[in-house]
Amino acid sequence: MVQPADPAKFTLTDARDAIRAKSISSRELTEACIGAIGAARSLNAFVTETPERAMEGAAEADARIAKGSARPLEGLPLAIKDLFCTKGVRTTAGSRMLDNFVPTYESTVTQNIWDAGAVLLGKTNMDEFAMGSSNETSFFGPVINPWRARGRNEDLVPGGSSGGSAASVAGDLCLAATGTDTGGSIRQPAAVTGTVGIKPTYGRCSRWGIIAFASSLDQAGPMTKTVADAALMLQVMAGHDPKDSTSVDIPVPDYSAGLEGSIKGLRVGIPKEYRIDGAPPEIDTLWAKGASWLKSQGAEIVDVSLPHTKYALPVYYIVAPAEASSNLARYDGVRFGHRTESPRDLLELYEKSRAEGFGREVKRRIIIGTYVLSSGYYDAYYVRAQKLRTLIAQDFTRAFEACDVLLTPSTPSAAFAVNSKTADPVSMYLNDVFTVTVNLAGLPGLSVPAGLSSEGLPLGLQVIGKAFDEATVLKAGRAIERAADFKHDVSRWWSTR
Amino acid sequence: MSTRKARPINGATGPWEIVIGMEVHAQVASNAKLFSGASTKFGAEPNANVSLVDAAMPGMLPVINRVAVEQAVRTGLGLKAQINLSSVFDRKNYFYPDLPAGYQISQYKQPIVGEGELVIDLEGGDSVHVGIERLHLEQDAGKSLHDQHPDYTYVDLNRAGVALMEIVSKPDMRSAEEAAGFLHKLRSILRYLGTCDGNMEEGSMRADVNVSVRRPGEALGTRCEIKNVNSVRFVGQAVEYEARRQVDVIEAGGTIRQETRLFDARLGETRPMRSKEEAHDYRYFPDPDLMPLVLDQARVDEIAATLPELPDEKKTRFIASGLSAYDAGVLVAERETADYFEEMIATGAEAKASANWLINEYFGRLNREGLTLADAPVSARANSQIVQMVTSNLISGKIAKDVLDIVWHERDADPMVVVEARGLRQVNDEGAIITAIEAVIAANPQKVEELKAKPKLAGWFVGQVMKQTGGKANPQSVNAILKKRLDISDEG
Amino acid sequence: MSVDKDTVKRIARLARLALDEEQAGHMQTELNAILAWVQQLDEVDVSGVAPLTSVVEQRLKMRDDVVTDGGYPEDLMKNAPLSEGTFFVVPKVVE
Ligand SMILES: [Mg+2]
Ligand SMILES: [Zn+2]
Repeated sequence: MVQPADPAKFTLTDARDAIRAKSISSRELTEACIGAIGAARSLNAFVTETPERAMEGAAEADARIAKGSARPLEGLPLAIKDLFCTKGVRTTAGSRMLDNFVPTYESTVTQNIWDAGAVLLGKTNMDEFAMGSSNETSFFGPVINPWRARGRNEDLVPGGSSGGSAASVAGDLCLAATGTDTGGSIRQPAAVTGTVGIKPTYGRCSRWGIIAFASSLDQAGPMTKTVADAALMLQVMAGHDPKDSTSVDIPVPDYSAGLEGSIKGLRVGIPKEYRIDGAPPEIDTLWAKGASWLKSQGAEIVDVSLPHTKYALPVYYIVAPAEASSNLARYDGVRFGHRTESPRDLLELYEKSRAEGFGREVKRRIIIGTYVLSSGYYDAYYVRAQKLRTLIAQDFTRAFEACDVLLTPSTPSAAFAVNSKTADPVSMYLNDVFTVTVNLAGLPGLSVPAGLSSEGLPLGLQVIGKAFDEATVLKAGRAIERAADFKHDVSRWWSTR
Repeated sequence: MSTRKARPINGATGPWEIVIGMEVHAQVASNAKLFSGASTKFGAEPNANVSLVDAAMPGMLPVINRVAVEQAVRTGLGLKAQINLSSVFDRKNYFYPDLPAGYQISQYKQPIVGEGELVIDLEGGDSVHVGIERLHLEQDAGKSLHDQHPDYTYVDLNRAGVALMEIVSKPDMRSAEEAAGFLHKLRSILRYLGTCDGNMEEGSMRADVNVSVRRPGEALGTRCEIKNVNSVRFVGQAVEYEARRQVDVIEAGGTIRQETRLFDARLGETRPMRSKEEAHDYRYFPDPDLMPLVLDQARVDEIAATLPELPDEKKTRFIASGLSAYDAGVLVAERETADYFEEMIATGAEAKASANWLINEYFGRLNREGLTLADAPVSARANSQIVQMVTSNLISGKIAKDVLDIVWHERDADPMVVVEARGLRQVNDEGAIITAIEAVIAANPQKVEELKAKPKLAGWFVGQVMKQTGGKANPQSVNAILKKRLDISDEG
Repeated sequence: MSVDKDTVKRIARLARLALDEEQAGHMQTELNAILAWVQQLDEVDVSGVAPLTSVVEQRLKMRDDVVTDGGYPEDLMKNAPLSEGTFFVVPKVVE
């Protein structure tokens, strides 16, 4: 174990080991993170910081460690995406609508995390209601990527919607964070910030207490510095929850145990449809490199086909807004959330509260979703999209007859500049082209940092697995990580700003 | 199969046929709500029976109540309906303050129960078969209180999320009487099944009544939907009023606008609902928080095996045991009544005598005292004993009423003990009866004379003898002995 | 298939989103761009394909009929922008 000079730079796993070895205390780790957060306000990664609660948590953790009753994440300071409802801590979903919302309840996933002993540093910024791929739709302003292109000081986006979590992990403001992924919102920001993110199989983590975007696609997952950290954290987050009907009641395997195992004989599928026109050649190059890394460790590379891939994004932009239009109907200014000043009548209460409370992207998606569900259009759009979703899911089933995991790029490009893509929604949507299929089919997908672009920006590779086979996905991801030897190292340019 | 008297409305221009279909919302008898663990108890403090799920707080998810599902299956079986082993929950999207999520979880394209049938019994012994279109499960809405504040409506979500069965009939009814009969019979069946308490005052059952009129034999007219009618009587009144209104509109040269109307029970009339004027587009789609509901045939069979005997079968059985169709109908109308009657039989009383006693004597007394069977003081067992004592000639019918009166006031009194302790046993001893007859004859010589001309005076003699014996003499014996003694012919 | 401004306004009303003329115009342009883009789905023959109902094939689990929740009306009012006692409050509705 290497002990970094700055405790905030610890990986989750190393910090856990150091705490257990009593070479560092939770208090020291937590203070270091609080300090790093304080120095990184210009990244705008947090919507709400909870330093007092963090220090109290650290003190309790240290007491437990002293008694020798440490739990899996005992005393480890984490950041939580502001989509997870946290009891007594403001939860905004990045929206003006929930600017003052303080839940009286705790999401199942975060409860699992606290039950494992972790410490809450604060709630991270995100695209409003998780709708976005660049963190620019947040009511609380954009998050800035800790990474910069070589020799340039232009602000880049951290991806989205879990951009605050990704930036916090990449900038060493926390040891790890939670994210949620509806169309790529964990994997895409992980890729462009040089961090690890896994979207587990739909049903693996409870959705209870996570503010819903698109119910049939949303899944929570960890965002970490290493694959081992992802395994450790997913272990705690996952599990059956009787409060979520879509949560699956099957055992959670020991993800860390098999991580370093050999991948000899692992069949890795390369789906030809993920080679897209117009993507920078370095994406293809990295992808080929990834395949060769796995091959050199004993994996067998097989060509597979996912013929309906090109329809995934349009399907997603029908299904997700449709579900969102209904999920977001509860924000009506009556029981919680923004309420317009002195409405004339009920209609005005609704229309103005919602018009004022929601930002532009959210409104756009509510309108699309309402349209595709409305009378006369439902079959042409929603039903057709759900049929295509069946075909997309069947593509994967067929591909997995020939292979155990799939290897693809995580994103079509590295991080881009703030404000460079906001004008055209469709071009923004294309950022999720490699990730969204996985949500539509409900499968696990992992993004692992694999190299740098020509501009010196991180790029990720995605490993997609069979349903509930996160263990194999993590193992393959770890093999890539081992070979890529990616340096998770950013200069703290922001602290001097 | 249907025997029905046509009951057209006579308009100024000729007869009109009324066509009625109904959607009944029946609250499922369950402890907790359809998708949350909050209580369904009536009358709680505002928003006390509300969970985070019912209030649609961010991130909340529905989990279905097994009993609610099984109650729907049970009801479907009771309506002899198709049980769909796979059904789907959809979201019905609209904004209203008593609908916290902005959508109601309901079943649209694939309901849990398909087609079935219900037989309505009409006065005079006619019966009409009404088709059941479907039954689906859905959430109830909360309650908006408009009269608490001049500028505001108050919202109480205690009912929000309570499980409802929406039972939809086919447009098979043709009169106000049939419409009322449908709701009455449906309520009775649900109460037999124990799937709904049928408490209409507390809103456990509400009917949306679709009414249209047409010239006999012509195509269906435009219908109006009368929302939330909450009593059997009001259903009849609402249909009566609405059909007449529609005939008047059409005959005056107008046309019927398809609309939602409200029944004002105080004025006995229907009027358009303002809040329902907007054209709705509910944007139904399968609820992604719930997967399809799949049932095992084996479980459905298990539920079927526990179904109680329902009113129609019970009535048939009662008739077979010697009751008139009318008496059987009265006794099966409410499950409690039928159970009470059956307990009397089970404890030894004879069926026909029990039915007579209950209908002619006991129910009359309940009525006079304004009591229901449940809160009345005399047990089925006690009534059974009284009937048995009459049947076995231990007491007379007249004494039976006295015994009932005593038991009524002395709650735990045993009718047998009462009869014994007070010496109310019927006198069957011929010697004692002859003694009494002789005494009456000796005291009334002129009546004996008159009897020769007026044989009808025999009844007077029976009365006197009964009086003489304190009502205890067996009237049949008194009759027979008197006839012999005074030489009265039967033809007299 | 192109959406006109009145349709955008009707949809916005259904969704209870106030839109002024200008916003409705923008929304119309964006909505049409997205609809044109998703139009490519029409090239796939989906006849005989069942719409996906659940990505994870499993049965809907059911809970027991036990009261386990509720009884905290004051908690529910904590985030309410306007309330009276333990009632939520909205502008007067006429039925
Ligand atoms: Mg209805
Ligand atoms: Zn209904």
